[in-house]
This record gives sequence, C-alpha cells and structure tokens, in this order.
Amino acid sequence: MSFDVSLDMAVDDHAFALEFASDAKLTALVGPSGVGKTSTLNAIAGLLRPRAGRIAVAGEVVFDSAAGVNLPPEKRRAGYVFQDARLFPHKRVSANLAYGARFAPAGGEIISQDEVVDLLEIGHLLDRLPSTLSGGEARRVAIGRALLSAPRFLLLDEPLASLDESRAETLLSLIERLRDELDLPMLLVSHSSAEVERLAGRVVEMTAPGPA
Amino acid sequence: MSEAEWTIVALSLKVSLVAVLVTLPTAYGLAWVIARRRFPGRMLLDALVHLPLVLPPVVTGWLLLIILGRNGAVGGWLFETFGLMLVFNWTGAAVAAGVMALPLMVRAMRLSIEAVDRRLVGAARTLGASPFRAFLTITLPLSLPGIAAGAMLGFARSLGEFGATITFAANIAGETRTLPLAIYTGLQVPGSESDVARLAIIAIVLSLGALLVSEWLVRRSQGTRAHVL
Repeated sequence: MSFDVSLDMAVDDHAFALEFASDAKLTALVGPSGVGKTSTLNAIAGLLRPRAGRIAVAGEVVFDSAAGVNLPPEKRRAGYVFQDARLFPHKRVSANLAYGARFAPAGGEIISQDEVVDLLEIGHLLDRLPSTLSGGEARRVAIGRALLSAPRFLLLDEPLASLDESRAETLLSLIERLRDELDLPMLLVSHSSAEVERLAGRVVEMTAPGPA
Repeated sequence: MSEAEWTIVALSLKVSLVAVLVTLPTAYGLAWVIARRRFPGRMLLDALVHLPLVLPPVVTGWLLLIILGRNGAVGGWLFETFGLMLVFNWTGAAVAAGVMALPLMVRAMRLSIEAVDRRLVGAARTLGASPFRAFLTITLPLSLPGIAAGAMLGFARSLGEFGATITFAANIAGETRTLPLAIYTGLQVPGSESDVARLAIIAIVLSLGALLVSEWLVRRSQGTRAHVL
C-alpha cells in the first residue's frame, strides 16, 4: 500500500475527515478549494497534527493517534513540493538544492545533483537567488530540492498551477518520468482533470461536508 | 582628546560593548521564546522584559542594588562564593547598561523573528532538519538584520545609560564614570563648560558612528535596501 490514510482533522474553524487507501504509484487528491487537500498533505508530511487517525506511507506508520505514534517531519522524509515553492530566500539555488542532502541517511540517495540539474534544466539558475526566479523556475528548483533530500515519498501540491502551457507540459512529462523511473509513492493535489487523468493511477475525491 | 577624556571614552566603549555582547544571547533567546512559543506566563515574561523600559532608571538601579548589591540576595552569594563584587566597579556599570538595553534589544529581535515565515521552517523540517538545525539554518540567518538592529540599539542605549548606572555602580572616576556620568559631573563644577561641550560632542560622534557602522554592516549582508532602524 503506498498510502493508507484515515484522518480526523481540525484546521482553524474547518473540520473534516478523510479516509483512503491506495496502492497506485501516483495517487491524486481532488476536490473544491478549501476542502482540506493541502491540510491533508501537511498532515502526511508531519507539519499538521490531526485530531485523530492513522497514516501509513509505503507500509510504515508515521502517525497513529491510538498507538501514540507521531513521527516528526524530519523522520518522515516527505519530498514535499509546496504550491508556493517555499525556497529559502537567503540561499542561492545551488544551496537550496543541497539543503536536504546533508540530512539524508547514507545510501538513501535516489538521484544525484547532476541528474536533477539535467532533468529539470536548472543548470543556468544555480547561482541565482530565489527572489530572481520566475514561478516555473522556482517550482522546478523546489522539485529538485525535494528529490535531493532522499525522500521516501513525494507530495506535490498543484505543481503545474499558474504555469504557461509549454512549461506545464514539460513539467507534466517530468512528473510522468519520475513516477515511472523512481520507486516513490506520490500524492498529487490538482485542480486539472486532464493532469489527473494522465498521471494518476488512483483518484481520491474530497467533498465538502454538507450543512450540519 | 586629553588623557582624562580617553579614559572616559575607553571605559564607556568597554562598558557598552561588554553589556551588549553579554546581553545579546539572552535577548535573542527571550525574543525567540516570546515570538514563537505560546505558554501560560508569556505575557508576564514579556512584561518583565519590558520593565526596564517603563520603570524610572533610578528604580531599576535600586532594584539591581537590592538584588546584586554586596548584601543582596544574589550579590551576597556571588561575593561569598566567587569574591565577585559588581557594585562600584565597571562590571556593575556593564550590568546596569545591559539590563537597561535588554528591552530594546528584545523588541528589535522579536520583530525580525516574527517576520521569518514559519512555513520556511516547516519546509526545512520536511527536508530532514531537526528543530534546532532548522533554527540554525533558517530562522537565525533570516533574523540577522534584527540582531544587528538590536545590538545597535542596545549599544546606543548602553552608551547613554545614566540613572541605573549611577544608582547601582556609583560615579567613580576611571571605574564607573562613563560619558554621561562624566558630563553630569562636569556640569556640577563651575567653569568646566568647555570640557562638558567636548564630552558631549564625543558622545554625539560615538552614537552616530555606531548607527552608521551597523547600517553599513546590514547593507553589506542584506543588500542596499535593508535598514537597521
């Protein structure tokens, strides 16, 4: 099972529950805005603590409220590509890419920095600061940074949002390649049905709870 | 500058530098706790930190005397255990200056820590950094302008410290007579108007110099649009 999730979440004033299990290589999480898709990714990454539930990724339990298990984010090793890229503003692209590598367990590397740079075509950006990158460039660097941290799974939050068509297509085929070439469970949040149809082996639909 | 003036300036610089350097880690720690932690008693801690800012300095000096003086609760222990006496010497002046500078330093640092996007810290955690490593690599470097601003404000405040210093450390030439105390002493002596004016000009130059140096440091590390104050 790549993802086995059952959650009872409360974020600010919004509460929701979600349950799904998927053994697809890439699982898509879809639903209207504000339904809790990003919060679900945050809970799986360990950045948000659910009220109750159980989260297992690739067979490893990272959270289980009944058993008192709650691994901190650094032990879960999510390769999390945030929607806003979230690059470190004081570090150049090369240092952003290398950030996670120093914490990676020996032998956990799934891809080398040279390969990432080639694959994402970011060689010419290495000396730049994040504030000088376009949205698409920042997103590619963010993907590279996540891949280089020796992740055990990938969380992709709207990786193609607000990219022009040719850039989106490049990134789409890249995600396809990552899905096929790497042995990493991937969870994708997306609004685009075309994107979901092309990438996902399993679609989980989140719906807003009806009026109470 | 005359030799007497040199003594005063050197003492002032020594007292202020030591006060800022010793207070800096404490101030940053307090700033971080107040900015990032939520716990019962946080308001009280915040109020205590700000106390030297709102109390009359003489009262702060008196409190220091009560606590750290030769017969004070902590001061007595320091003297008996280490033979250390803070009153009537330059370390006492540094303590008074550091305590008076603390609230300003904490304020500046707290603002800059609050300005660091917590989601960046979260991103660092997902990439494998422990909370401490995330702090060292993200929060600390990104709050550097606040540390510079806090140090600058603290230094200027220490350089000008008068009330708490004269109450706690007294006004001893060559030992605790810093610039403001020397100016005050000069004002008590008829016919020393020109000495007072010279000291006042030195004080202005030093304070302005501290501001310019820290502004330059911040611009060099953070780019030309960054400011200390």
